[in-house]
Amino acid sequence: MKIAVCVKQVPDTWAEKKLKADTSTLDRESADGVLNELDEYAVELALQLVEANSGEVVIVTMGPERAAETLRKAISMGADAGIHVVDAGLGGSDAIATSAVLAKALEGRDFDLIVFGSESTDARMSVIPAMVSERLGLAQVTFAQKVEVEGDTLTAERVTDYGFDTLTATLPVVVSVVEKINEPRYPSFKGIMAAKKKPVETLSVADLNLDAAAVGAGAAWSEVADFAARPPKAAGVVVTDEGAGGTSIADYLTTSKFI
Amino acid sequence: MSDVLVLAEHHGTEVRKVTFELITAARDLGTPVVLWLGSGCDDSTLASLGNFGATKVLVVDSAEVSDHPVAPGAEILASLIGTMQPAAVLVASSADGKEIGARAAIKSNCGIITDAVAIAPDLTVTQNVFGGSTIVHSKVNHGTPIITLRPNSVSAVPESVTAVIEHISSDISDGAQLVSIVNRNVVEKGARPELAEADVVVSGGRGVGGAEGFGVIEALADSLNAAVGASRAATDAGWYPHQYQVGQTGKTVSPSLYIANGISGAIQHRAGMQTSKVVIVVNKDPEAPIFELADYGVVGDLFAVVPQLTEEITQRK
Ligand SMILES: Cc1cc2nc3c(=O)[nH]c(=O)nc-3n(C[C@H](O)[C@H](O)[C@H](O)COP(=O)(O)OP(=O)(O)OC[C@H]3O[C@@H](n4cnc5c(N)ncnc54)[C@H](O)[C@@H]3O)c2cc1C
Repeated sequence: MKIAVCVKQVPDTWAEKKLKADTSTLDRESADGVLNELDEYAVELALQLVEANSGEVVIVTMGPERAAETLRKAISMGADAGIHVVDAGLGGSDAIATSAVLAKALEGRDFDLIVFGSESTDARMSVIPAMVSERLGLAQVTFAQKVEVEGDTLTAERVTDYGFDTLTATLPVVVSVVEKINEPRYPSFKGIMAAKKKPVETLSVADLNLDAAAVGAGAAWSEVADFAARPPKAAGVVVTDEGAGGTSIADYLTTSKFI
Repeated sequence: MSDVLVLAEHHGTEVRKVTFELITAARDLGTPVVLWLGSGCDDSTLASLGNFGATKVLVVDSAEVSDHPVAPGAEILASLIGTMQPAAVLVASSADGKEIGARAAIKSNCGIITDAVAIAPDLTVTQNVFGGSTIVHSKVNHGTPIITLRPNSVSAVPESVTAVIEHISSDISDGAQLVSIVNRNVVEKGARPELAEADVVVSGGRGVGGAEGFGVIEALADSLNAAVGASRAATDAGWYPHQYQVGQTGKTVSPSLYIANGISGAIQHRAGMQTSKVVIVVNKDPEAPIFELADYGVVGDLFAVVPQLTEEITQRK
């Protein structure tokens, strides 16, 4: 089984995220870059499937130079190789362009499974897996809380508003996972050492035969007119319960007309 | 006025409240035309769509659409974008809505903006990003704007028209039928309002201590006609079903009132409730980060505070 896992470097979860005044894009330099949390679950799924069925796991990322650290971090969990699409022309790419780049990087490599986290903590759009599967014409099994592969049949549970749907498809399949799917492993010391020697292919926009005009900020199909920090919420009132805590909340709710 | 295409969010005959919000938002942009995928569009659902201003409801009810997720819907949406040339397409910010919108955007070469909280008549979209800390105004500048709207951001306002129904046939390609739905597992939701749509949400976390503990959370919720939510710690422990999880990987809620009980306020939890209008916190740890979001907070044991609150509410009603 040959599995690709697409990962993203995002600002550290707790860091304050800001847009840059000049480009209206996320200020990525001011915060530490980390592996998007949900992508760890995607890597874990790929590793478990390969451990059960043999095969290889390739980590794929699009991002600036320093996203290489994140790629190595994901590889150190136990993957075999990496692909890093890095190009100055990619900065400011929207979801449409990002999906085009990832699809090109994945195309023609005979992956049986392409796995994503269902959402990144910065953009939170949850659309890239669907877009990539659309571009590649592959089956889409997303928001999965459970995935099983038997032979070339994949069975999964897609989380829905009302519970979950059980889905089946024949490989190759594009999958996205939610955090209920597994418990990601920590990279072992051995894994961290080994990751340094794993092959990483670096690709530019030209290497992918993509039109430079189709990616980057200039190609975005939506544009930011303006943005502003929301005024911080006024500090609330916090009281300590001395026997009438519940009543005091009821008073607050009455004053604010909830009851 | 041009048409504005609205993708109905529904579960069988049950129309989700966000559908009425979408139609209300569409009225400011043009003439609302609803696309209904699958079964369930009977006379009463049709009338309810008309009550909010839907002039026409296009229904595609076939096995191809019902038995395969996302891809058939995207194909139909893309073909309607081509033939109708609507001013905009509005869908709900749900998993299905976003993914159908995303695939249609690729097929039709249209820009997409997700998680709108408001849409102006000139199609400028307002979003609250980074957990609500930043307000962004943006606009699609390529093709038909596809916009996903967060539930509970626009209030549904009735405007009665008589909706006409039009059954449309569609040829769904084999490529859109690669995935089959073999079973829909519906977890009983009971009589409480739908979590993502509720005006009041009462949530419980690890501090609730166990499945039985959720009894006090449910009692408070019922006194306020609220939905019940839970933190991941509570859903992972099996104390409350997964689909009630609020947060980054659960539901995003934006109610008028959110009451967090025994929840510490991890960033992943906040991501799903930070834009709630009024937040009330009950937690025995004065240092819990959730207090940063509180309009009113009580440091105390939820098993003392919450039942007392429920009692007070019941008496005052
Ligand atoms: C990829 C990823 C996705 C995640 N997605 C989500 C998500 O969608 N939603 C989510 O909620 N979390 C999510 N999490 C988990 C999140 O990081 C926290 O672990 C979780 O929110 C903690 O839940 P909690 O606040 O209930 O528990 P805790 O952090 O353990 O807090 C329990 C609180 O209860 C208080 N308490 C205890 N007993 C009482 C009592 N008797 N009375 C009053 N207070 C009491 C304690 O003081 C404490 O503050 C995610 C994590 C990851 C890594």
